[in-house]
Amino acid sequence: MSRKIVDRTEMPKQSPEARRTNFSEVALGLDPELARREAERCIQCKTRPCTTGCPVEVDIPEFVALIAEGKYDEAAAKIKEKNSLPAICGRVCPQESQCESLCTLGRKYEPVAIGALERFAADWASKRAVEKREACAGDVDSDLQCGCEQKVCELDSRGCAPTSDSAASAARVAVIGTGPAGLTCAADLALKGYKVDMFESLHDTGGVLRYGIPEFRLPKSIVDEEVEYVRSLGVRIFTNVVVGLTLDLREMLESGQYQAAFIATGAGLPYFLGIPGENLNGVYSANEFLTRVNLMKAYMFPQYDTPVNIGSKVAVVGAGNVAMDSARTSLRLGAEEVKIVYRRSRAEMPARLEEIENAEEEGVEMMLLANPVRIISDGCGKVSGMECIRMELGEPDASGRRRPVPVEGSEFILDVDTVIVAVGQGPNPLLTERTKGLELNRKGNIEVRDECGATSIPGVWAGGDIVTGAATVISAMGAGKRAARGIDEWIRSKF
Amino acid sequence: MFKIVEKCTLAPGVHQYEVEAPLVAKSARPGNFVVVRTSETGERIPLTIAGHNRETGTITLVVQEVGKSTMEMGMLEVGDYFKDVAGPLGQATRIEKVGTVVAVAGGIGVAPVLPQIRAHKAIGNHVISIVGARTRDLLVLRDEVEKFSDEVIWATDDGSLGYHGFVSGALEELIGSGQKIDEVIAIGPVRMMQAVADVTRKHNIPTTVSLNAIMVDGTGMCGCCRVTVDGEVKFSCVDGPEFDGHKVDFDELVSRQGFFRDKEQIARERFEADRGGCKCHAK
Repeated sequence: MSRKIVDRTEMPKQSPEARRTNFSEVALGLDPELARREAERCIQCKTRPCTTGCPVEVDIPEFVALIAEGKYDEAAAKIKEKNSLPAICGRVCPQESQCESLCTLGRKYEPVAIGALERFAADWASKRAVEKREACAGDVDSDLQCGCEQKVCELDSRGCAPTSDSAASAARVAVIGTGPAGLTCAADLALKGYKVDMFESLHDTGGVLRYGIPEFRLPKSIVDEEVEYVRSLGVRIFTNVVVGLTLDLREMLESGQYQAAFIATGAGLPYFLGIPGENLNGVYSANEFLTRVNLMKAYMFPQYDTPVNIGSKVAVVGAGNVAMDSARTSLRLGAEEVKIVYRRSRAEMPARLEEIENAEEEGVEMMLLANPVRIISDGCGKVSGMECIRMELGEPDASGRRRPVPVEGSEFILDVDTVIVAVGQGPNPLLTERTKGLELNRKGNIEVRDECGATSIPGVWAGGDIVTGAATVISAMGAGKRAARGIDEWIRSKF
Repeated sequence: MFKIVEKCTLAPGVHQYEVEAPLVAKSARPGNFVVVRTSETGERIPLTIAGHNRETGTITLVVQEVGKSTMEMGMLEVGDYFKDVAGPLGQATRIEKVGTVVAVAGGIGVAPVLPQIRAHKAIGNHVISIVGARTRDLLVLRDEVEKFSDEVIWATDDGSLGYHGFVSGALEELIGSGQKIDEVIAIGPVRMMQAVADVTRKHNIPTTVSLNAIMVDGTGMCGCCRVTVDGEVKFSCVDGPEFDGHKVDFDELVSRQGFFRDKEQIARERFEADRGGCKCHAK
């Protein structure tokens, strides 16, 4: 090969000093020139290993080639054939361990920046869709405010109308949860011609995309845009409906109102440490902290009514992406010192490398091989410190990672006034425990019987974190996609 | 959007609403609550359902103006809308035929107690209600209480009506009179529920309290409403809101309820300034 491979294009970012004081997006995206330059790095190899690394099977070489040719709308349409939420995936997918990790170019050079290119194409198309929609006669605003009215906009940003055939168009499917798994499943089913109703327990859509991932990593306008796309396919979204409490899933099916259902309720149950002092004021679950800030917009208090208190010295327990999000959010709310407290070493940190780097650049300190033992009160019910113990790594455990073992007598006190517990989430039992006949595993996750996510109840599929436990946005989307396929096959065979 | 079809002001700063929420009305049971938001920038506020009507598809909510969000609700009139109403949330009250049930309510705790006494009466329990407030004019929903109770004891802190003193004192007196009591339910301010639980503990009377911890989502997702019950951490929103009153750590609850007090005050003051001064004591 005679082609000269240029260096991988790095996406411009806000400087660490600037961004740690604002909630605007950190990574700024590629401009057309940078995008084309990066797309031209792709050698269009015959083996296409990148595509096998994508849980939603995006035709990566094809869309990259279209960008290289300057056909950005076509590139976006190509992605959307397989991925309904590309602007989100382009931002939060761990490409380094998926598509990009398999890139042929990556064997000798840096892999193609597939994530950055996906984001570029999606943002380009989404800007176009907004322009088109503004020209559309439909009164978008009033429907948006209601959040529960059917809205069928003729325009599909892929430029094609949903297909319809009789088996599909006669059937109605309920999708429970409007997070990444639900949105993907709903969009795929709508594109196959099904009538789809989505149910959301909160007042706004998006699930973890809305309440969990901060604005500076995934602007909510992007989530709005992607949800709007799903609505534009004819999907109805009902907010404020807690299936399991407001409606009973079995009744929805048995009444004949719905022929099938997909459960995608996520990992909405925060784990705590189970140590003394955890109910003191100043201790948050990461879920609470992030929900206050992201969903309820507490960072704009008092313009928004929901408050959040941040102290000057914050300890975030855990080292996953949620922990990094919590730490970086703490800085932006005005905390002076923010520490990640993690019981293992750097090598075992589950967060994406990019997020760890971002956090460190912004000034988050990593306190590794330390484990909280108790949280100390100031005598008035508020946090005034956290006792930790030093850890060392022993033999590998069931997860293959070296097990952290406490070092006897190494306790020390960390001077903090806020503790955010980010040690994972479990399955929220509201729906699962109230749905008779739904088989769960010991942890409370839904048991599925095949790759598509069929559950113990005929006609009911499940996918995303409620099945796997807390995982990634893209794996949830993959599950949504497979469930749509399973539901389609099942309905065709039955009706 | 959830339309207000009826509103009446029960006492200064205390309003009762009839709100169109057919799906909630259909599934609601005594003890359930809803999470309500008034505007796009509003908080999610948990409110116990004070009644529901499956035919009209409406639920009854009673709101006391205490902070910005509830003051904003107070300004809503018939024909206006709540932006969001989600529910019914929480565990329903266990209603069993036990004999004599005493319902103790303080302040607007009387509103959420209504569906419970109604259900207890319907199942055949003898219902004695002890309802207290600071003063006579703040004793609201008196007709409804009379209707669903076999006996009613009113109590006022200032002695303007009925028993002169706290509801816990009235309960103590009732027990002292030899009344056999099989179960007590207490709903109201935390310290009131604590005082009731202290009284019944001495007499070994099973007592259920309904906790009003701070919540965000109300569906078990955030853990903000965690309370300690019998040494264990529980989430009020999904494990409760009703718990064994003898096992609740009330001091912790009071402390947690105060965590955002400074911010609540800022929000209230800003709101009052926008509205042209405090109106809560206007006559």
